[in-house]
Amino acid sequence: MIYREAGQFKASYAADSAIFPIRQDRVGIAVILAFVFVVVPLTATPYLFSAILIPFLILSLAALGLNILTGYAGQVSLGTAAFMAVGAFASYNFMLRVPGMPILLAFVGGGVMAALVGILFGLPSLRIRGFYLAVATLAAQFFILWVLTKVGWITNYSSSGVITAQQIVILGYRFDAPAAKYLLVLSIASIMALAAKNMARGNVGRSWMAVRDMDVAAEVIGIRLMRAKLLAFAVSSFYCGVAGALYAYAYLGTVEPEAYSLDLSFRILFMVIVGGVGTVLGSFLGSAFITLVPVLLSVTVRFLDASLNLGIAESTISNLELMVFGGLIIFFLIVEPHGLARLWQIAKEKLRLWPFPH
Amino acid sequence: MSFFFEVLIGGLLSGIMYSLVALGFVLIYKASGVFNFAQGALVFFAALTFVGLGELKLPFWLALPATLAVMVLLAFVIERLMLRPLVNQPQITLFMATIGLAFFIEGLAQMMWGANVRGLDLGLQDEPIQWISDKTGMNISKFDLAAAGVAALLVAVLAIFFNRTRVGRALRAVADDHQAALAVGIPLRQIWTIVWGVAGAVALVAGLLWGARNGVQYALTFVALKALPVLILGGFESVPGAIVGGLIIGASEKLAEVYIGPFVGGGIEGWFPYVLALVFLLVRPEGLFGEKIIRRI
Amino acid sequence: MATGARQIGDPILALEGISLSFGGVKALTDISFDVREHEVRAIIGPNGAGKSSMLNVINGVYRPQRGTISFRGRVRRDMNTHDAASHGIARTFQNIALFKSMSVLDNVMTGRNLKMKASFLEQALWIGRARREEYEQREKVEAIIDFLEIQHIRKTPVGRLPYGLQKRVELARALAAEPTLLLLDEPMAGMNVEEKQDMCRFILDVNEQYGTTIVLIEHDMGVVMDISDRVVVLDYGKKIGDGTPDEVRADRAVIDAYLGVAR
Repeated sequence: MIYREAGQFKASYAADSAIFPIRQDRVGIAVILAFVFVVVPLTATPYLFSAILIPFLILSLAALGLNILTGYAGQVSLGTAAFMAVGAFASYNFMLRVPGMPILLAFVGGGVMAALVGILFGLPSLRIRGFYLAVATLAAQFFILWVLTKVGWITNYSSSGVITAQQIVILGYRFDAPAAKYLLVLSIASIMALAAKNMARGNVGRSWMAVRDMDVAAEVIGIRLMRAKLLAFAVSSFYCGVAGALYAYAYLGTVEPEAYSLDLSFRILFMVIVGGVGTVLGSFLGSAFITLVPVLLSVTVRFLDASLNLGIAESTISNLELMVFGGLIIFFLIVEPHGLARLWQIAKEKLRLWPFPH
Repeated sequence: MSFFFEVLIGGLLSGIMYSLVALGFVLIYKASGVFNFAQGALVFFAALTFVGLGELKLPFWLALPATLAVMVLLAFVIERLMLRPLVNQPQITLFMATIGLAFFIEGLAQMMWGANVRGLDLGLQDEPIQWISDKTGMNISKFDLAAAGVAALLVAVLAIFFNRTRVGRALRAVADDHQAALAVGIPLRQIWTIVWGVAGAVALVAGLLWGARNGVQYALTFVALKALPVLILGGFESVPGAIVGGLIIGASEKLAEVYIGPFVGGGIEGWFPYVLALVFLLVRPEGLFGEKIIRRI
Repeated sequence: MATGARQIGDPILALEGISLSFGGVKALTDISFDVREHEVRAIIGPNGAGKSSMLNVINGVYRPQRGTISFRGRVRRDMNTHDAASHGIARTFQNIALFKSMSVLDNVMTGRNLKMKASFLEQALWIGRARREEYEQREKVEAIIDFLEIQHIRKTPVGRLPYGLQKRVELARALAAEPTLLLLDEPMAGMNVEEKQDMCRFILDVNEQYGTTIVLIEHDMGVVMDISDRVVVLDYGKKIGDGTPDEVRADRAVIDAYLGVAR
């Protein structure tokens, strides 16, 4: 009864195409925003910030980037982490070599560099599709990481290859504390998520989805394929680049190529699959899921180990993690290929009818 | 000059090893239209199981069929729990499911047998063949040559299997269209179990050879990733293509590392095959032996 | 018999000596005909005659090996799809080329993409021009949705609609581009009598109200005779008839082609 939209009429196109057309949704999102921006910073522990919330938000941003490419434009990519790395290293170099560079601008610069590299590796998509494109993105993953390791100028000739990221200082305020970093990352992620949603419901999103569904027809109605595909790669890589910069500056504290391995690319792909391909909400849900599962698993196993005295080794936990991830991916693909976002939609529809069954 | 040939031949022979892994991919793709990302994990699992059984004091001639039986059982389970529920889903969904499967099998293998690096002794030494190095000054490994022989044999068997038998024809029908195959009464489930079982056997052979060469360790799963450029060159559906593709990738990888590597700081083996495949794709998207895709609107 | 108080004007599309082959297969051989402004031109012929290929040549999906196309006075060796779209040619397809995962409204909105000028950045920020354009175009699209009577399904994903409605949505998307020339590839295929009548009515309305020139491929002879002004007949890639419906109906060569007389 609570979730009925009866009586809420849309009197303008603006109202009809709004992101949250139903009043209950608007109230809900206001509550959520108040919670994450006000309540959480005041109540969460530093561990919660540093180990869970911050990586969750950063990887949501990366998942959003991948979703733009895969979900909206239909181009497969297994090289997400490499574009994140470009963003991180580019930001580092901007901060290092441009005196007085504001760090937010450096992040944007990192994103732009990643976008340029994304366009370069997106060029093959004009001729190749499907798995072949996936393999081409693997080329990007391996090649980019090799360049970042070998070319000394990029790492400022650091002998160990591990560079400490500079401090985040905005308008004189140092973002040292976990709560501060959390708020920064949350703000950036929220703004970019909004931008993504706007693009998705606008002409550019429709062009992408048209190219994804039937590119020949898209061409016939006047959509320029090359521009649409390369734009998708550019925007997607921009998001990944910014995420990568945040990953280094607000999470790891270091800028190193190993952090952006193929493994990370797969994790982000899993987030997109589990969360729901082609949805903004799905990027966040998937990231939350993939970030939380190892934590929950580890906690559960340790608890069982302690209470039942099973003597489980550390390595078993990491193997279990692999098995659980793998199993969950298969499970989701069988049960709900459209991911958690679809499950949420179904829940809302049931809520609309509640207490009636149908 | 003979150094060049040595590197070339070494590359070709290691390329055969890639082909073995690629063969497993081709089998499954030909017969079920599924791109099996978990092939590398299967290689790893097979090798680890074999070595693990050896550590349990099983002699070679018992461990081998036992491992084969395990692989067939695994195929059975995969068909039942993963392939059957996903029948007729788009290819990309099945591809992603096999990524999940890869993770699962890797975790399972390590949980069952532990993650220590082990050696594998097949009685073949990685030594140069004496009379060749005496005559030509080139070092060509006994092991590599034997591996090439095994691969050639396997390819011949599989080629006959696909083209001359009823089961082979049924497999090709299934690869084209699941529903149509069902409609003419081809028992999909049995076919899939057979194919994944055969792919498992191929994975076992590849696992034993790679394991003997590099040791049985987690890095074995990355060998599968190398097989992807092989498939791009050779086409996803061609058994001879997998061999030719493997040869090209193996040879070019080694030659590039030796001749171009020193100028750019080395380590180009990691990405060179991919970039090569990428360039190739731009010129000929369906691979050397693949079928041209014609789209009608 | 085509109706209306339209004035049929001069030719806006002229095909001269078009030949198209795929490898060794000759799809079209030396085809020449013209299409006058505001008229309804039908292309008929047995299956495999090359009718769809003809449309594909007109809007640039195929490039002919020989011949020229002139549209609105400009003579070209071939057309490319983007030029065709931006110069006012729109079409529908035999096997429905809609974007299956998008809603009806979104599908028709894509038809307006050439009219939307705002950059992706403006759209991302949802400011000024992007916002205005979105609502302006929505209004135009709603007018077309009203015209084709598909308001009740505007938010439904196209993949879930029955075949007849999908065809109507495809027509809507083509109309959304406000085309000068509309190419329809078997718009009534697979429809029952009522659906065909509706579709005929819509096509004639488009021709009368908007003055759109229409070229359509159709197998139903009743429809062809009723609504077209002139007819082109193709057989095995060659033109074997060209004239008004009555002229073509009486033509010996056409009768032979359809009755399959031994050659």
